Amino acid sequence: MDVFGSFSLLLAFVCAVYAFVGGIAAIRTRHPLLVKSTRQAGMAACVLIFLATISLEYLLFTDNFSMAYVVSHSNRDLSSFYKIAALWAGQEGSLLFWSTLLSIYILSVLIAYRNKNGELMPYVGVVLAGVQIFFLTLNNFVENPFKTLAAVNASGVLTPFTRMDGNGLNPLLQYPEMVIHPPNLYSGYTGFTIPFAFALAALLARYPGEKWIHLTRKWTMIAWCFQSVGILLGAHWAYAVLGWGGYWGWDPVENASLLPWLSGTAFLHSVMMQEKRGMMKVWNVWLVFSTFLLCILGTFLTRSGVVSSVHAFANSQIGPWFVGFMLITLLVCFVAYFKNRDYLKTENLLDSMVSRESSFLFNNLLFLVACIAVLSGTLFPVFSEWFTNNRISVGAPFFNKVMIPIGLALLFLTGVGPLLAWGRTSTDSLKRNFGWPLLAGVVSAVVAFFLDYRNAYSLVCLFLCGFVFWTIVLEFYRGAKVIHARTGMSMMLSAHELAMRNTRRYGGYVVHFGMVLIFLGLAGSAFNSDVQKAMNIGDSMKLGPYTLILQSGDTKVDKNYTAQRMIVEVLKGNKQIMMLYPEKRQFQGTEQAAGTMVAIYSTLREDLYVVYAGMDPEANVPVIHAFLNPLVKWIWLGGVWVVMGTLLALMPNRRAALALAGVAQPVVSPAAPALTTTATLREGHD
Amino acid sequence: MQTRAKFGVGIGVILVSLASLAWLGYGESKTYYHTIAEYQALQGSARNHRMRLAGTVAPGTIKHLPGRVEFVLEEQGKSLPVSYIGSDPLPDTFVDKSQALVEGRPSSDGKFVAEHVQAKCASKYESAPGGDRPAPAASTQQSSM
Repeated sequence: MDVFGSFSLLLAFVCAVYAFVGGIAAIRTRHPLLVKSTRQAGMAACVLIFLATISLEYLLFTDNFSMAYVVSHSNRDLSSFYKIAALWAGQEGSLLFWSTLLSIYILSVLIAYRNKNGELMPYVGVVLAGVQIFFLTLNNFVENPFKTLAAVNASGVLTPFTRMDGNGLNPLLQYPEMVIHPPNLYSGYTGFTIPFAFALAALLARYPGEKWIHLTRKWTMIAWCFQSVGILLGAHWAYAVLGWGGYWGWDPVENASLLPWLSGTAFLHSVMMQEKRGMMKVWNVWLVFSTFLLCILGTFLTRSGVVSSVHAFANSQIGPWFVGFMLITLLVCFVAYFKNRDYLKTENLLDSMVSRESSFLFNNLLFLVACIAVLSGTLFPVFSEWFTNNRISVGAPFFNKVMIPIGLALLFLTGVGPLLAWGRTSTDSLKRNFGWPLLAGVVSAVVAFFLDYRNAYSLVCLFLCGFVFWTIVLEFYRGAKVIHARTGMSMMLSAHELAMRNTRRYGGYVVHFGMVLIFLGLAGSAFNSDVQKAMNIGDSMKLGPYTLILQSGDTKVDKNYTAQRMIVEVLKGNKQIMMLYPEKRQFQGTEQAAGTMVAIYSTLREDLYVVYAGMDPEANVPVIHAFLNPLVKWIWLGGVWVVMGTLLALMPNRRAALALAGVAQPVVSPAAPALTTTATLREGHD
Repeated sequence: MQTRAKFGVGIGVILVSLASLAWLGYGESKTYYHTIAEYQALQGSARNHRMRLAGTVAPGTIKHLPGRVEFVLEEQGKSLPVSYIGSDPLPDTFVDKSQALVEGRPSSDGKFVAEHVQAKCASKYESAPGGDRPAPAASTQQSSM
């Protein structure tokens, strides 16, 4: 199976090279057979990569301990669930996994557009094959996952051998989120390759108009959604497993995942400027180029250990490869841009400060600054070493100082932007649109103040949450009212109908609503508190409204680990709420592989987060560390809404005519349905 | 043209205020990386910086004292006494011979006072065949979020 896997990878490399070289020839000669054969080579490469991944999983599942990768990342007692995850636990496997996800995207694109956009697709195929060649080079020649174990025997001959059991999976990864977080994040990273390929291809081919944006809109949203979910799952994993009471530490690897998300979000917004007004064309192309490069950079930071990190993989050989690939990509982008920049001329200029255009402009400016701040903060140790010979790092205060105001300003624009008109907005419409939302904002800030959430940034944040929430509600309400008046459907059904008629716009609002919830959760972080105590059985400690009593401790034995478990009773007032069981796990076969399992009692108001921090070495009694983290749950709830909103935006628009057919008076003149549509839809996201 | 000037001012105000915030944050949190040998050669004001040092925990030197944990870090034959005063429990991976990263400032008595400790356990993963593995790292680092 290992031979099969490595052979598949090698063959995939050959196919990708053919798709690349043959593709260039096809563009030159326009020979239809050549176009077809290169496309099929591209598809074959994808299938072969997929086969290689299956064979690596097969080796993991059959406990083949003659394979170096299996020995390093699995053991016999590891559950099947985590044997799947072992695929991306190590360098070689995770790079193969990158290639696999990329090929799923590439295969879907090649199949979906096989008979369409004949002028553009050969270029797209070449760009995609180029990216694939890079990763296949790593898979085949630098970090091959199909290495077998071998040792020099007594007579000096290199002979293969098999180990009895493997070293097991890193205990930090033995947690359900770790099985779904990396695939999500990687799907985000790899997914941005598609809009990148189309943008570069359109530029190279001088493909007319905004078509590449329409073609890639869905792919960009899919990638963005995966990236968002990946980041949130990563945060949740850090929260539930690392046991330090927080979910975001501005760690280099976290930042690496945030960077393409920031530029990707900017891109999702600024494309609307191009679609509606023919503006920001150069900007959009560069945004999507940068997003792709940031995805590669993110993978590089995670994989190479260039910046020391909690997550850092040990230093490896892949650094120069990534740097080389990024430089080549940047060079290609520059050349394509300078050769064809006349093709990107803008059609309109900005009219007014108070307009939809300007809100997009400031939105993009803020995302850009955020991106630069996070990037420079993350790479500061590297750059400071180059320029001053001192390796200097910056920490959370740097990021928080810059990112909190940016986040709040973006939240403000989330509320304001969609309500401003294109071109210029009148004072009247400002009053009409923003009166109630402002009131809602003030009310939420006042309520927060009296609930003791008294911190300047948090109050501003809660004010904005109320404000934005109300603008979204008003948008739905006004649109639904029109449909309600015309069709007689209930308001709820009308709102549903409204959303289905313009899924992109109303999906966008749902995503914005999710972001409001996430910000609500972030606002709570200013009020975190914690207490730590060495406790005898029966001792208690107080934290906020809760009293924690250590009832007892026991030992739990699982196939793959032994856990020391503390049983903590939680009282609120004098009422028993629940029992919490924080654990320390000692994973099988080693002395040092320990893991913390946090016990969390989570409510909408706050999380009670309890960690068993080990034995106090002098008193020899357990130490319990408890945190009270307000509003955290809203972050995860917000994530759910973000996903639902994106899914809504991905659905095709329902035609108004179809909806009208079902109501009591279907006899309308042929022009009427069209009129209804335009009447219900004010200038909006779409 | 007037609209353009307004945009210019708006953008300028945003950039300048964010840049000054960034500068403040940088001053508050900048941390120098040094090897133990470099650290011991530091002179004057450079000794007052916040810094981050890496080394291996010398076996048998971890002492739990009231309010602090003391241990000795070793790197390339040099050793450094460290006193950890942070409030967070030490990570599970912090044991004899583990690789540790300490962050803090020197004190007047020659000890290094650490507020954060990160530890990677070296033994398991790096000895694995073909194993350029992520050593499971853990830390006492907390952010304000």
